[in-house]
Amino acid sequence: MKIMPCPLNGERNISEFAYGGEVLDLPAPDCDDETWIDFVYLENNTAGVVREWWYHTPTAYWFIAERDTRTDEILKTYPANEVFKDRVDFAAPEAPAAKE
Amino acid sequence: MPLALLKYGLSKGHPVPRALPAETDLKDSYDIVIVGGGGHGLATAYYLAADHGITNVAVLEKGYVGGGNTGRNTTIIRSNYLTPEGVKFYDESVTLYKDLANDFDMNLMYSERGHFTLAHTDSAIRTMRWRAEVNKHMGIESELVLRDELQRMVPELNYSEDVRYPIMGALYHAPGAIARHDAVAWGYGAGAAKRGVHIHQNTEVTGFEITKANGSPQRVTGVHTNRGTIKAGKVIQCVAGMSGVVSDMAGFKLPLKTIPLQACVSQPLKPFLDAIVVSGSLHVYVSQSSRGELVMGGSTDPYGVYMTRSTLDFKEGLMMHMMELLPYIGEVKLLRQWAGMTDMTPDFAPIMGETPVDDYYIDAGWGTWGFKATPVCGKRNAEMLATGKVPETIQPFALQRFHDFKLVGEKGAASVGH
Repeated sequence: MKIMPCPLNGERNISEFAYGGEVLDLPAPDCDDETWIDFVYLENNTAGVVREWWYHTPTAYWFIAERDTRTDEILKTYPANEVFKDRVDFAAPEAPAAKE
Repeated sequence: MPLALLKYGLSKGHPVPRALPAETDLKDSYDIVIVGGGGHGLATAYYLAADHGITNVAVLEKGYVGGGNTGRNTTIIRSNYLTPEGVKFYDESVTLYKDLANDFDMNLMYSERGHFTLAHTDSAIRTMRWRAEVNKHMGIESELVLRDELQRMVPELNYSEDVRYPIMGALYHAPGAIARHDAVAWGYGAGAAKRGVHIHQNTEVTGFEITKANGSPQRVTGVHTNRGTIKAGKVIQCVAGMSGVVSDMAGFKLPLKTIPLQACVSQPLKPFLDAIVVSGSLHVYVSQSSRGELVMGGSTDPYGVYMTRSTLDFKEGLMMHMMELLPYIGEVKLLRQWAGMTDMTPDFAPIMGETPVDDYYIDAGWGTWGFKATPVCGKRNAEMLATGKVPETIQPFALQRFHDFKLVGEKGAASVGH
């Protein structure tokens, strides 16, 4: 069995985890279409060390793992707040003017 | 009728014919360079030479011919897809497959078995009916059979109600077939080589010569390899697994994830299972090869790696479901296991046609559904390279569809979950 070192739960069987994709920067909401297309569809699909989201299903815990996709070796795992340090304030969109 | 066997039987010395000619040096320049010597690349070379008379063609293969996913799939050929685009395309491929053994004068062991996609829930029955109607509308033999009739047609399965997923019916596709996959690559390779195409094995592409305009890539003019640089009129990439790595050398990104797909065969058994049986809910597909081995596969791995390793998780999951379907095979041993690296697209349809680089074409994104499409890909790629126009049947699969938000949504792609 392959073991994933979870930052919260310690070493667990990898079947308890779900893969969540590469860690990417979210484009600015007002960016152009090509930037969104790149973000939504196009993949870096790197053959090498990649920073990825992983999820421990039983404890509903998201974290970040660094993994070499050529050898399937998990090099490092850490909580997401080591990367995402600042709180993101999503400003609520202005309410549309009431129709008359 | 293929006469090779008769000729061989009557020959005096029983000579072993050489499938591919001896290696030659790379020429300085080729009209067309095909990157990847798998089924798709070799078929493209074959139809370029056979249909269009273009023979100044090189096929560059990093390893050996047919050593990638062409020799790693579970050899199922069918056309009962879900979208009209998919059905039309794969039906052309099935039609070409039927004549291939004659074209090559080589036994491909093409064997029509009937393909059954099992339905275990009401919603699956609805989807099967939908697929059957799309198929019939497109002129494909495809129908929904319910449990009692299915039990008469495929009595080998476990029809007990006392299982996790009782069988309720199946989508039946009579032309569903299996074939000897290596022979398809060898047949295309030998046919192309006979007509003058150069097939260079152990030749790895390391980069492309691409002219630039205003800093962005414009036109491909040459190919760098580990054996030197060659000039190329046109280039087509026909690789799998490493598609993103190759396109990266050409300077553009693809909507692909490289994810392994594992498969295995059992020890040989006396023939007992004629049908090809697939179950989406159970994530299995199984058929019995002409050697008697049960060829089994399941869904892709849960995450991507650039490796062809096998895992215990996969076999445990697959065998659990196989035991539900065929409970009497519990004592049977596994003989071989392997994996292939698949290119998964977000909409389970391939990527074919033009790219952002002029004269650089692509045939990628073949995920878990590439073997059955080998002949039609070769034929249409050749037509595209010869005429410079993208044939109508492959236009829906253009890379540009991701930029136009026109995805194809081919959920019938591999019958099992991804």
